[in-house]
Amino acid sequence: MNDTLLWYATRGAGVVSLVLLTGVVVLGIVSVMRWQTASWPRFLTTGFHRNLALTTLIFLEIHVVTAVVDPFTALGWEAALVPFSSPYRRFWLGLGVVGIYLLLAIIVTSLLRPLFGPRIWRAVHWLAYAMWPVALIHSIGTGTDPRFVWMLVIEAICVGSVIAAVAWRVSRGAPPTAWRQLPANAAQVKKWT
Amino acid sequence: MDEVLEVDRIRCDGHGICAELLPELITLDDWGYPIVKRGSVPDHLAELARRAVDDCPVLALRLASITAITRKR
Amino acid sequence: MDLIGANAESLATHLERFGPLPALSSGELIAEVEASGLLGRGGAGFPVGRKWQTVAERSSGHAVVLANGAEGEPLSHKDRSLMAARPHLVIDGALLAAGAVGAHDIILYIGTEHLAANAAVRHALAERSKDIRGRARIVTAPPGYVSGEESAAVHFVNAGDARPTTTPPRPFDRGVAGKPTLVQNVESLALAALIARRGHGWYTDRGRRGGIGLVTVSGAVNHAGVHEIAFGSTLGDLAAAAGGLRGDSQAVLLGGYFGGWAEVDEQWGLPVDPGSMRARGLAIGCGVVHFLAADSCGVEATSRIVAYLASQSARQCGPCVFGLSAIAATMQRLATRSPQAGDLDHIIRWTEQLAGRGACHHPDGAVVLLRSAMQLFADDLAEHQRRRCLTVSRPLRVAVA
Repeated sequence: MNDTLLWYATRGAGVVSLVLLTGVVVLGIVSVMRWQTASWPRFLTTGFHRNLALTTLIFLEIHVVTAVVDPFTALGWEAALVPFSSPYRRFWLGLGVVGIYLLLAIIVTSLLRPLFGPRIWRAVHWLAYAMWPVALIHSIGTGTDPRFVWMLVIEAICVGSVIAAVAWRVSRGAPPTAWRQLPANAAQVKKWT
Repeated sequence: MDEVLEVDRIRCDGHGICAELLPELITLDDWGYPIVKRGSVPDHLAELARRAVDDCPVLALRLASITAITRKR
Repeated sequence: MDLIGANAESLATHLERFGPLPALSSGELIAEVEASGLLGRGGAGFPVGRKWQTVAERSSGHAVVLANGAEGEPLSHKDRSLMAARPHLVIDGALLAAGAVGAHDIILYIGTEHLAANAAVRHALAERSKDIRGRARIVTAPPGYVSGEESAAVHFVNAGDARPTTTPPRPFDRGVAGKPTLVQNVESLALAALIARRGHGWYTDRGRRGGIGLVTVSGAVNHAGVHEIAFGSTLGDLAAAAGGLRGDSQAVLLGGYFGGWAEVDEQWGLPVDPGSMRARGLAIGCGVVHFLAADSCGVEATSRIVAYLASQSARQCGPCVFGLSAIAATMQRLATRSPQAGDLDHIIRWTEQLAGRGACHHPDGAVVLLRSAMQLFADDLAEHQRRRCLTVSRPLRVAVA
């Protein structure tokens, strides 16, 4: 197999994964903000959120496998499976491994949600806010393309989207479920008679 | 199909995705909380009902078999 | 009187009055209670024998009995009176139930505000054998309307949180400490203790309709209080037992805050007992009989009750938190004769939407009350929507703390 093809596949799949993950995170926030219009019901947001996440797995698989089998990179399977064990760019590559494990935890708990229950699912899902920055930093640190303009533009759009979405979420104030925080019998009305 | 849709009223946060997916059986009240039509789920809606159960963000919707229900009402 | 009295009875007096507790097998006991047709007195009116059978089937000797004396219903005083006067009878009932369902642990769940009842039961328990004292304990129910709900009671014992939980599982499947739990009203248990001693025939022969029970009569009567009646007594008999009506009364609240309004004239000569009341579309509930004075406005009275019920929501379910409080706020506007256009229509619509959409039956109780008000006070409600009142002409202020 053409080594250059493998190399391009690794980089290409990596970039696509980052873009997809950015979409997943933004859609997750859009979902929590309960955003909808007359022509965009909420199940579209949740549906895309799930499908993009699963699609990301496919591209991540391509990304990892092509990186490992590529004779040029001299990466063994250990580098892909054990974080921070690669001789090449140990820290930045290790982050990528960590990122994949975080993503897998989120996806597995989501697919098996009835088994894990809402509390565990929710707690693990919050790791998404760790997973995405890890993926981004991995891409910046290990990528050989960062000095290309198109790569910088893509990264800027990804970062900008997530920052905008998070800012939007933070600006909301009280969530729609705030009424749950009030204690029971909060409004004490005198007993009748 | 002899299953009914049941809502865990404590878990439900009024997201309303169930009503989007299954408007034939689920409507929302003035505050966004589901009103489920009585009776078992018709066969042609079974697939959508399962999807609605899966898509509920807080797992408040479930399909229960009629024979297992012991209602005090 | 079997169930009420002036002071708490000592164990000796109790045994003198009622005789010893019979030694019946579980099967015999359940058969007696079932044959008596005893219905639960907590409000739901479920057949007691069948409930014991259900728990017995699921028990493997480790079931739990929870004697429910929380009595969160403000208009009801019977449970606290019963516990204050006949604590040993209640304990007997709990012991019999424990034997019938195969339970070791007994919990006596008593409302924190019922001081005399708490003291009496504590004292009575101290008089009992070491074995019984080891099995039974008093748990103080927090104040509030819903703390007496059966899943709330179990939740409080398990986790200190007196809010209802989602069912299934019901307490008879998984309750206190995950074990099958019999949650039974204290009056039901006391009656079971009498039936066990005297046979089911004693219960079915009393009164014209079989059975006796406690009612709390209040409102426009001369001597409000708890009365022991034989079922089949009429509403007029009840009023007489409470010293007669004070003035005129047209509407009576039957069953409690989750009961319904009925017309006094219509019900005056009709029997008060679970069966025939149900046939007339009413419910004896927890035995509340509250006469509304003729110069009091039914809309205002209903509005106050609904406001109270809304404030007592456990605040766990959207339809109850938002729906019931919207109904309460709108009812208040209507009661004070300052409604907005469409208020009455809103109340009617929201009431129908509310039914069956809470984790517990709290919103359903409000629905039953509101439906009965819409029927009995239909004219009054329509007048209030037109900013007038059929009963009173002065401006009203509904008390809200």
